[in-house]
Amino acid sequence: MTAPAAVVIGGSAGALEVLRAIVRELPQPLSCPVVIVIHLPAHSSGLAELLGAETPLIVKQAEDKEPMVGGTVYIAPPSYHLLVESQRSFALSVDPPVHFSRPSIDVLFETASDVYGAGLIGVLLSGASEDGAAGLQEIHTAGGTTIVQSPLSAEVAIMPAAALALFEPTYIWSPNDIAFGLTSLLSGRSP
Amino acid sequence: MRLDISDAEIRQLLETLYQRYHYDFRQYASASLKRRLLQALTHFHCQTLAQLQERVSSDESAFPRLLEYLTVQVSDLFRDPEFFLAVRTQVIPLLATYPSLKLWVAGCSTGEEAYSYAILLAEEGLLERTRIYATDINDGSLRKAQQGVYSLDRMKQFTLNHRTAGGHGSLSDYYHAAKDSAVMAPKLKQHITFADHSLATDSIFSEVQLVSCRNVLIYFDRTLQDRSLGLFNDALCRRGFLCLGTKESVRFSAHAHRFQEISSEQKIYRRVD
Repeated sequence: MTAPAAVVIGGSAGALEVLRAIVRELPQPLSCPVVIVIHLPAHSSGLAELLGAETPLIVKQAEDKEPMVGGTVYIAPPSYHLLVESQRSFALSVDPPVHFSRPSIDVLFETASDVYGAGLIGVLLSGASEDGAAGLQEIHTAGGTTIVQSPLSAEVAIMPAAALALFEPTYIWSPNDIAFGLTSLLSGRSP
Repeated sequence: MRLDISDAEIRQLLETLYQRYHYDFRQYASASLKRRLLQALTHFHCQTLAQLQERVSSDESAFPRLLEYLTVQVSDLFRDPEFFLAVRTQVIPLLATYPSLKLWVAGCSTGEEAYSYAILLAEEGLLERTRIYATDINDGSLRKAQQGVYSLDRMKQFTLNHRTAGGHGSLSDYYHAAKDSAVMAPKLKQHITFADHSLATDSIFSEVQLVSCRNVLIYFDRTLQDRSLGLFNDALCRRGFLCLGTKESVRFSAHAHRFQEISSEQKIYRRVD
């Protein structure tokens, strides 16, 4: 297996608690960047602080043209799409919403997959939208590792179920397994 | 969306557009451009960028349609009302000290931002002595901007924005409803000059007291961002104002030291010296 070069995580309704558990268990030091898109109302920008309280790692909003640095957790700013550029840096856009969402998980996943290929781990959590399913499938097709929260464990199953309808991911895990399994993958162990 | 077109193919297409039509997208940020090109491929029923390139090289009418995919931004009147509120409270009192005013809205797309400034200035009693230059590279967008006709069903949101932005009159004083559209008032239009201008290839055309370029620089790479910020600095009068998008900044630019931040939240700067 290729050593993970980056992790992208997407979620919507019901994803916040899972996300907190994931961030809490992230290994330190962490060699790769972790990038998160979560659908939230346009003006809630306190997510970085909320997740930052769970880990000594740096948790921050991604900025336009900022290089992606290992050991940092980046969050898409509200109302902007977050894209990965070929130089492994971020770009923002105000292009129209995808699946009624901006930021869109598909946009992050597809652009990250384009750059990181098999080195990418994609995680899709609980949510009430189909955003992210097609993007996760792209990661899968490009040889990356894909993790889907099991629909039964999800507060809202629409998002993980949409991904499972498209392809068979590498892992289908409960929140607890995602938090610890991701840590194992990032530490180079098999989960 | 499958992003399976190569950077080399994209570079070749952009080179063709530049050579043939003198539109320079070569320093645009690649990830957004790639997504938009893929949408264009679908629209033109092309399988590859080479086919699309062939199409725009041989068929002049195809280029304006491709341009729509590469440039058009949808905006609102008083988009980001908090920003316009900050302009109203922090910038307008200082602009009011100038005997005549020039504003430059760079990358005006279909005109919503330019009309927002015109309404704001009218409400603050400054429009009579103001000229707004609103520029874009897309002639189709400029024509729509000049017409100033927006769908009537957008007016509800625009009215809400206007109020949140500290608007003291009624927004309906600035447009008239015709069937299902709203037509911006001539008293606004006569103070706005819509013109073709490229931040990638053109130079400055006037000294201005305020430059507004919001959510345009995020589509550029660092080099073109720097070129644009250099143009803005050169165009601004001493202590003139620069307004960027909420997630844009002069911080990483070679021109950072030439601007002083006056609102970190709303990204409003003043030219230093």
